[in-house]
Amino acid sequence: MALIDTINPLLTTGWAKGDAGWSLKDYEARGGYKQLRRVLESKMTPDDLIAEIKKSVLRGRGGAGFPTGLKWSFMPKAAPEKYVVCNTDEGEPGTFKDRDLLRFDPHSTIEGMIIAAYAVGAKRGYNYIHGEIFEIYQRFEEALDQARAAGYLGSNILGSDFSFDLFAHHGWGAYICGEETGLLESIEGKKGQPRYKPPFPANFGLYGKPTTINNTETFAAIPFILGMGGEAYLGLGKPNNGGTKLFSVSGHVNRPGNYEVPMGTPFAKLLEMAGGMRGGRKLKAVIPGGSSAPVLPADVMMECTMDYDSIAKAGSMLGSGAVIVMDETVCMVKALERLSYFYFEESCGQCTPCREGSGWLYRVVHRIEHGQGRPEDLDLLNRVTDNMMGKTICALAAAAAFPVRSFIKHFKTEFEYHIENKKCLIDPEVQRMGSGFFKAGAA
Amino acid sequence: MVEIEIDGKTLQVAEGSTIIEAAHQLGTYIPHFCYHKKLSIAANCRMCLVQVEKAPKPMPACATIVTNGMKVFTHSDLAVKAQKAVMEFLLINHPLDCPICDQGGECQLQDLAVGYGESASQYEEEKRVVPDKDLGPLVSTDMTRCINCTRCIRFTAEIAGFMELGQSYRGERAEVMPFIGKTVDTELSGNIIDLCPVGALTSKPFRFSARTWELSRRKSVSPHDGLGSNLIVQTKHDKVMRVLPLENEEINECWLTDKERFSYQGLNSVERLTKPMVKQGGEWKEVAWNVALDYAAHALRDVAKTHGGAAIGGLVSPHATLEEMYLAQKLLRGLGSESIDFRLRHSDFSADAKRKGIPWLGMKIADIGGLDRVLVVGSFLRKDHPLVAQRLRQAAKRGAKVSVLHSADDDLLIKLQARAIAAPSQMPAVLAQIVKAVCQIKGVASDSTFAGVTVSAEAQAIAQSLASGNNTGILLGNFAQQHPQAASLHALGGQLAAALGGGFGFLGEAANSVGGYVAKAVPASSGLNAAAMIKDPRQAYVVVAAEPELDCADGAQALAALRQAAVTVVLTSFKSQAMLDYAAVLLPVSPFSETSGTFINTEGRVQSFYAAAKPLGETRPAWKVLRVLGNLLDLSGFDFNTSEDVRAEVLRGQPDFVAGLDNGISGVALNLSASVGGLERVADVPIHFADPLVRRSTALQQAADSAAPTARMNAVTLAKLGVAANDKVKVGAGATASVTLPAQLDAGLPDGVIRIAAAHVDTLALGAMSSILSVEKV
Repeated sequence: MALIDTINPLLTTGWAKGDAGWSLKDYEARGGYKQLRRVLESKMTPDDLIAEIKKSVLRGRGGAGFPTGLKWSFMPKAAPEKYVVCNTDEGEPGTFKDRDLLRFDPHSTIEGMIIAAYAVGAKRGYNYIHGEIFEIYQRFEEALDQARAAGYLGSNILGSDFSFDLFAHHGWGAYICGEETGLLESIEGKKGQPRYKPPFPANFGLYGKPTTINNTETFAAIPFILGMGGEAYLGLGKPNNGGTKLFSVSGHVNRPGNYEVPMGTPFAKLLEMAGGMRGGRKLKAVIPGGSSAPVLPADVMMECTMDYDSIAKAGSMLGSGAVIVMDETVCMVKALERLSYFYFEESCGQCTPCREGSGWLYRVVHRIEHGQGRPEDLDLLNRVTDNMMGKTICALAAAAAFPVRSFIKHFKTEFEYHIENKKCLIDPEVQRMGSGFFKAGAA
Repeated sequence: MVEIEIDGKTLQVAEGSTIIEAAHQLGTYIPHFCYHKKLSIAANCRMCLVQVEKAPKPMPACATIVTNGMKVFTHSDLAVKAQKAVMEFLLINHPLDCPICDQGGECQLQDLAVGYGESASQYEEEKRVVPDKDLGPLVSTDMTRCINCTRCIRFTAEIAGFMELGQSYRGERAEVMPFIGKTVDTELSGNIIDLCPVGALTSKPFRFSARTWELSRRKSVSPHDGLGSNLIVQTKHDKVMRVLPLENEEINECWLTDKERFSYQGLNSVERLTKPMVKQGGEWKEVAWNVALDYAAHALRDVAKTHGGAAIGGLVSPHATLEEMYLAQKLLRGLGSESIDFRLRHSDFSADAKRKGIPWLGMKIADIGGLDRVLVVGSFLRKDHPLVAQRLRQAAKRGAKVSVLHSADDDLLIKLQARAIAAPSQMPAVLAQIVKAVCQIKGVASDSTFAGVTVSAEAQAIAQSLASGNNTGILLGNFAQQHPQAASLHALGGQLAAALGGGFGFLGEAANSVGGYVAKAVPASSGLNAAAMIKDPRQAYVVVAAEPELDCADGAQALAALRQAAVTVVLTSFKSQAMLDYAAVLLPVSPFSETSGTFINTEGRVQSFYAAAKPLGETRPAWKVLRVLGNLLDLSGFDFNTSEDVRAEVLRGQPDFVAGLDNGISGVALNLSASVGGLERVADVPIHFADPLVRRSTALQQAADSAAPTARMNAVTLAKLGVAANDKVKVGAGATASVTLPAQLDAGLPDGVIRIAAAHVDTLALGAMSSILSVEKV
């Protein structure tokens, strides 16, 4: 059963019946595909459509927050062959919103993609689904079959002269394939490695053709935006941060799960919706936007509202909206070790600074955690991250560097304690209790 | 053009240029590893990071396109800090085993580490170890040294045409490797050694045999195919240790074929003849030079006296130098013989009196890449002219449409527009169809001989492609030149080019295919050509640098002719069992590396070179030996002191390109209905068997391209003969000659054709390269 607690539910309205409410007839009953029908029947021009999306100030939900309408308007009009691609390669630790979007309401994404294809003039689309959520891929295939049978996909959709085909493509679990150009390479059957940009996908995308690539949640929001109008959608959030956003809250809260709230909702409210801290423990730190976002200490976080600008001002990123909550039982060195291992494991190996640097970071953090740290290690880590950031084709090197820098910045004493005393500042017994409680609470 | 500023210097560069190209124009070096001017941009090593005004981050110079007014700083603090950071990362997992690394001394990483590396590493964790890979007999791997620049991968995919290498695994565990269980088999594989900026890929034959700084370097010219690739021959103590490309954009660019790179092993072969030898009473004796030369001179003079000069035949390798060819023909003509030829693998000489000039490429090698429509006629292009194939491969990627007319459909790794695959006997007829179709499309009158020619769909498709071009090229390959109706193919090719208003030429078979004509090493009307002097055996032969049993169109016949001759004088760098059998005198002469000389390549370019090493043992340059023979025979005009004197006499000056090149031909009686019964042989000359030198390169002989010959047929032909692939079959030529070979399915062959390689001892007994063969299951 989907866990729903929202303020003004929008994208998650269809989740109420859980796994029983995903199919086409349920979606149609909720007003699904009405917007597509309206667009096609009213012969809305692509320009008007894009203008509407621009009004909503919908910003890319994958993490970068780039304005969606603007992105669509970059697509060259004259190109004969264009693609729309949906990025469901949700691999960022802490993020699980796209998984549930496709699980409980796949048709909103499909409808959003069809409308997007209409707006940019694409005839073909792909949804690239993370390899580790295979059952979601299967559900999406089923949903596609339903949409095809109902005439929402294929030739002359709903009797119009617009034709569009959509296909699902499942990856094999590589984090790097969530980077849009790595994803395109992967669809093409190549090793998933980001491409040097420019050219951007809008000019040179899938198979070298102009391509619009958006996150699942971005596409899923499209029908709702058209339903209520761009301005109304913007009004749900705050200026420059339109609409609602799904947050995947995980960690030491009583009710981890996806929460849809308007942009600008205070973090404290989100935490409350997630049932508050487990066992009433003290909040220690929050990673507000997925594992690559810099960690923020409790006091800073409690002052933030959940939108791009507020989190950025606090020194982190809203990212994909994965909120990782850590309580006082967490050893920050151990937490960083795990994160660093992830980036070491997932670096594609293309660019020298990331290929070599991610392993260096992990090994040093690992040493510190295992009581073999040296006093100079913290400076070394900062220097290595400095040498990695901004020197690679994609942002993975920066993603590996941000946690290291922010953990050291905000929790330096813990690292120093580790190095000096060759053990955790947080008593291992307390740590065990923390994780033990985690298990007990989940039952 | 856009105007940019690099380190304060303003310059104009073409729109779309990258910063690294612009910097190059200015002579400013930007450190790099993955960037290579001939390969696609990977931008992965990050060594070329530079500062660009207004850019928040350092930008890769290799991938950043210049914009008007851009200000670039290649040595600013930001740039140098970024470059040093990358260098530190590159070195943390590099083994730093320079003292035992073959790349040491010529290593880009080593060189740049001097400028950008620290003297000590702060990396104190465990280093990465990467398992080595088996890439075959030519390229050795030390993959722990690899910096994952992917130049080798991009080379195989983009230049060689097939991605034989790739990168597996991720991140720090990323490894460059071939397909599982496969090696790198391209005929251009050695270039990945040059491309590798570190010691991950090194030369297997050269491995651990010298340090690069111990080597002397000499410029030279490849003695193999007709391109005359420019070489750097490296020697240690007068032994050739290694051959590298000398970059020449107009010929070989920066590449070499494996044949050119590794054939040097033959120079150090145990079969090198180092002392003159004379057969006396059936016994071979090593003798002094004066004894051997006296013997040879006397023997030849005796034959000339007794039987007349016409009883002597001269067979000169097309790989011999201009000077050697010139003196050889002078010697023969001095003895009263007109029978001299270098076109050993040709079988149709009927064009001899009809040719307007010296057959050549008809264009510059560099022009091949600019053609927009190409028809390659009768060529095992990838193996016979790998670097021409490479140029066409790139041209095809730029939009050129390449078509093929041939008797085999080998994968050229070029995207073909159209193809016509026909039995050898049908090739002139199919070419005539193409000519007719082009004439029809162009609305020009075609030869009246074509009245009865019906244009096939394949010919029509080729014609249509050719007719739609603005810059066409018709190129006749080795197979067309060796074809029994070569004159017809020549004439038809010329007609086709005329109808198209485009280029037409021959892909020179050997290093001196043009030079042979210039040196007049061809018979005058009264003399016998290479085939005739074998078919009609002579009393005596002078053989220069050839092994006629392997280098002639009909090796078996050549062997028989030489055996029956009273005297065979062989000037050779190698001794073989066959030579010991048929020769009377063996004179050890220098291979290309030990003599000065000249090759005139297929575009007519005169390329002279000096000796790279001292002659081995008592070996002497062949031009000197021929000169002394001329002196001993009291022939006039043999007073040369240097090879340059000889060249000056042949070329009358020092032109860059020779005169008299003309592919025009007239008066050829076309025979288009040449239908032959039986199983037609298609004989290719395998790349590593084409000349005596390459046949003796031990490493090349282990390469995939050196596989033992098989009897290749298509499924229809196999079925008709009741033979299955891999069956042993007895292939017969005539009444008595036969060889036993495994049958092999080759779907690219036309019906009624059997493909068996020539120039190989296993198939020598089959005789002529073009013949009718019989097959029976053993």
